[in-house]
Amino acid sequence: MVTILIPGVLRTEAGGAARLPADPGSLAEIFAALARSHPRLERRIRDESGRIRRYVNVYVDGEPAGLDTLAPDGAEIQVLPSVAGG
Amino acid sequence: MTVLLAIGTGKGLFLAFSEDDRRSWEISGPHFPMTAVYSVMIDRRRGAPRLLAGVTSSHFGPSVMTSDDLGVSWEEPDAAPIAFPADTGTTLERVWQLAPGTEPNVVYAGTQPSALFRSADGGVTYELVRPLWDHPHRPQWGAGFGGQAIHTILPHPHDANSILVAMSTGGVYRTADGGESWEPGNKGIKAYFLPDPWPEFGQCVHKVSRHPSRPEQLFAQNHHGVYRSEDGGSSWESIAEGLPSDFGFAMVNHPHRPGVIYAYPLEADGKRWPPGYRCQVFRSEDAGATWQPLHEGLPSDDHYGTVLRDAMCCDDAPVAGVYFGTRNGEVYGSRDEGGHWQLIASHLPDVVCVRAAAW
Repeated sequence: MVTILIPGVLRTEAGGAARLPADPGSLAEIFAALARSHPRLERRIRDESGRIRRYVNVYVDGEPAGLDTLAPDGAEIQVLPSVAGG
Repeated sequence: MTVLLAIGTGKGLFLAFSEDDRRSWEISGPHFPMTAVYSVMIDRRRGAPRLLAGVTSSHFGPSVMTSDDLGVSWEEPDAAPIAFPADTGTTLERVWQLAPGTEPNVVYAGTQPSALFRSADGGVTYELVRPLWDHPHRPQWGAGFGGQAIHTILPHPHDANSILVAMSTGGVYRTADGGESWEPGNKGIKAYFLPDPWPEFGQCVHKVSRHPSRPEQLFAQNHHGVYRSEDGGSSWESIAEGLPSDFGFAMVNHPHRPGVIYAYPLEADGKRWPPGYRCQVFRSEDAGATWQPLHEGLPSDDHYGTVLRDAMCCDDAPVAGVYFGTRNGEVYGSRDEGGHWQLIASHLPDVVCVRAAAW
């Protein structure tokens, strides 16, 4: 099992949860599963082409991650809005 | 009488309600804080008005939200309301326009990049109008400073097969067969920024407006140029004489009086403030033949506010109200069709759109 850490601004789309469990795998696989369980949350992380949005950063166990990054059993996936806007 | 003025800004949506014939307003917001709300629609074709808002978070992307309780709560479907099909190779950046279709429950959305989407369920979910996306001109449509977008959608008031859209840049396009085929309608509109200033398409039309009782008569504010068409957009002639400038963004029809229109001129492309720094609306009561400045109650000191393409509107009260918002966060309204103005809100984020309705 891996854990997705949800930033406060997106928790409404996670039913208020700060953490969501997921099966280990690549981030592409994990986000695809998230799209089925929490579609509104997932589309705030990825656009309709499947790419991670430009101003959303994802980390696996503290390291910058992309869709090909593997999140092994026990990993924590952090989703963080980047510094942007005015 | 209840009057709702919806104010879309760069950092959220504000809703202003008046119950005393627009003398005072109660304002709530920001709804959707830190999202840019470029498009709002008040759909009164159903029992209770439905509000639709095109919102864009710079972090988390665009969406369309709906409310059937006047903004107390908002709904969003599980599936993305508007999404480009995978084979288009693009993604939605912003919803610039939401407009009611001729048929009940039909809503059109104009997007960035330039595309038209159609909803048959009251604006909850949408499908790409494919023939316009596949138009052979599309690779040559350009992007202005605000991005490449369809920002104007004018479904014909009686003929569901007839729709006019306008985009920057690209100009006016029309369909007469329900969206299956599209033809440009820019004859007479100048594109001074192109080597050939009179092209078939490529113009930077900022806004087109019409009155439902005169669907063939159209008014356009162009990127330099103010025009009228009497033939549904087949040809255009200048109506800029009498205005202090032919640059601006907004163009609004009076809701009850065909041929009465409102504009907010800006000095020039390179000087985007009111001519002479004077905050004033211009009204024509003869379809653009003559113009009158309207400024009673508006600031008399130097003013640098820009009114963007959707940041001016009318309500549909028996004596129409007129409203405009500026990029410096002010919203002004007139209870008497522009004769007198009052400040409704100030110190808001930059105002990008306003829409009003009375019931």
